[in-house]
Amino acid sequence: MTSLTINGREVTVTSGEDTPLLWVIRDELGLTGTKFGCGIGMCGACTVHVDGRAIRSCITPVAAVAGTRITTIEGLDPAGAHPLQKAWIATQAPQCGYCQSGQIMQAATLLKDFPEPTDRDIDAVMGGNLCRCMAYVRIRKAIHLAAAELKERE
Amino acid sequence: MFRRWLLGILAVVAVAIVGLLVIAWRPSIAPIDPPAAGSFPPERVARGAILAGAGYCATCHTARDGARYAGGYPMATAFGTIHSTNITPDPDTGIGRWSEAAFVRAMRSGVARDGSHLFPAFPFDHFTKVTDQDLGDLYAFLMSQPPVAAAPRDNTVPFPLNLRVLQAGWKLLFLRKGVFEPDPARSEAWNRGAYLAEGLSHCGACHTPRNAVGAERRSAAYAGALVDGWEAPALTAANPAPVPWSEDALYAYLRGGVSALHGSAAGPMSEVVHDGLSELPDADIRALAVYFADVSGADGRADRSDAAVTAALAASAQAPSSASDAGAELYRAACASCHYNRAPAPLAARPELALVSALGSDDPSNLIRVVLEGIGVEEGMPGVLMPPFAHLADADLAALAAYLRRTRTTRPPWPDLEAKIAEVRRHTAGT
Repeated sequence: MTSLTINGREVTVTSGEDTPLLWVIRDELGLTGTKFGCGIGMCGACTVHVDGRAIRSCITPVAAVAGTRITTIEGLDPAGAHPLQKAWIATQAPQCGYCQSGQIMQAATLLKDFPEPTDRDIDAVMGGNLCRCMAYVRIRKAIHLAAAELKERE
Repeated sequence: MFRRWLLGILAVVAVAIVGLLVIAWRPSIAPIDPPAAGSFPPERVARGAILAGAGYCATCHTARDGARYAGGYPMATAFGTIHSTNITPDPDTGIGRWSEAAFVRAMRSGVARDGSHLFPAFPFDHFTKVTDQDLGDLYAFLMSQPPVAAAPRDNTVPFPLNLRVLQAGWKLLFLRKGVFEPDPARSEAWNRGAYLAEGLSHCGACHTPRNAVGAERRSAAYAGALVDGWEAPALTAANPAPVPWSEDALYAYLRGGVSALHGSAAGPMSEVVHDGLSELPDADIRALAVYFADVSGADGRADRSDAAVTAALAASAQAPSSASDAGAELYRAACASCHYNRAPAPLAARPELALVSALGSDDPSNLIRVVLEGIGVEEGMPGVLMPPFAHLADADLAALAAYLRRTRTTRPPWPDLEAKIAEVRRHTAGT
């Protein structure tokens, strides 16, 4: 039994303590926006936020996040209109879309740490989020676009 | 002739044994009826709670999933496994029948109420420096805790080291009794820091190497040591972190569990910060920082800081170029999303690997352990979680460690990394 907050909702989950957080999110809580890619923390498809920072949920045991606030792609913005999500649509960043929720969650932490990221910052921080469709150029463009909107909001 | 020699030797042995028994003998202190709950003034109990934090009493006197202060925590030493005792006021299994005099004697001399000698896994060589008032307040706090019936677990110290009478000899050689004496030439903060560090907080118990019979080597104070599979780094100028530990950096680390220019507290040090020192007021943390900035001679080396940070960020920001380097590829895929930094300054929530002591140390244990086990969300910098990477193969972890060492330090490569990683895995599986 592990208690945590997911997208603002307090839940107690019954999966075993060493169950990867990803399985709890997808199978027990039914939030399937977060994807399984490699299962060893090497591709970024499973990225969610723990206490506001991106982590790979496929290698994080659920016991390790007891008492924390988890945010998945479903909870990033109540209307699905986070600047990153809007930029993703504006630039038509996704192709097949499988890696995109992980990309967006990682990019949100990137913009928190580096509000005006350079290409090098984006490449370094996003380097662990693989896109088999090779949409990297559009992803980078979308991140710059979202950064510009966030800056304007200030 | 031969018989006379034999008799002579036997006589000498007999005299030595009698002598040791005489030296070792300590009287039992009469048991008391456990003080009723609420029999100590609340202000004494409150002060004692802070002091218990300063000494991390709960860290060693609480078993995993056990009741707080009820003992049973296993300490693996070179002399066998020693289990901590129950220091709740339970009359039968705890210290409920200990008078304050018995408690003070235990803290100062390492002798239990019944007169038996305690093993120096209990750091009475430090606690002997604590003042009467502080010991009294600590007693008031412990005796006000809920009593828990938990019988002490058996130790696995082999014969003859398990003969407690021998501890008297150890104490003759290594225990220097006496309350801490302030140095009038130093500031009040320095003396407060020294009093805490040398006394209740017993920093040297981990950070000072021990001799063959387990006593701290005074000539090598704070030179660093390996304790239970973790390296407690040197707190002197020999500390392997590239940026000297300034007073402000020490304060940030001891108060919040992280220094942006040094990284996060992990392993036992995280417990020290979050389950011990967290009880202390800011002024005491500042005092510890003042003291250890002096121990490390940080002020004399402060001019190194900027260059070290610049070099570290240049290393962190460089793109891992070689696609044929498995370590570089692993870093890019698994580490950089959280650890990448750039000029002008690293972010505390993104621990800068080029600045952590674990990477600069001659012993890779701490780096390996953190990668294998991760850092819990309440450890190090609270709210920042590192997942465990134990699922990676030894060869991959070795390539990663070698890559980081090569690109982020000027130190020689670590030898036999794969074997070391396998050893750390075995060690952590057994605890």
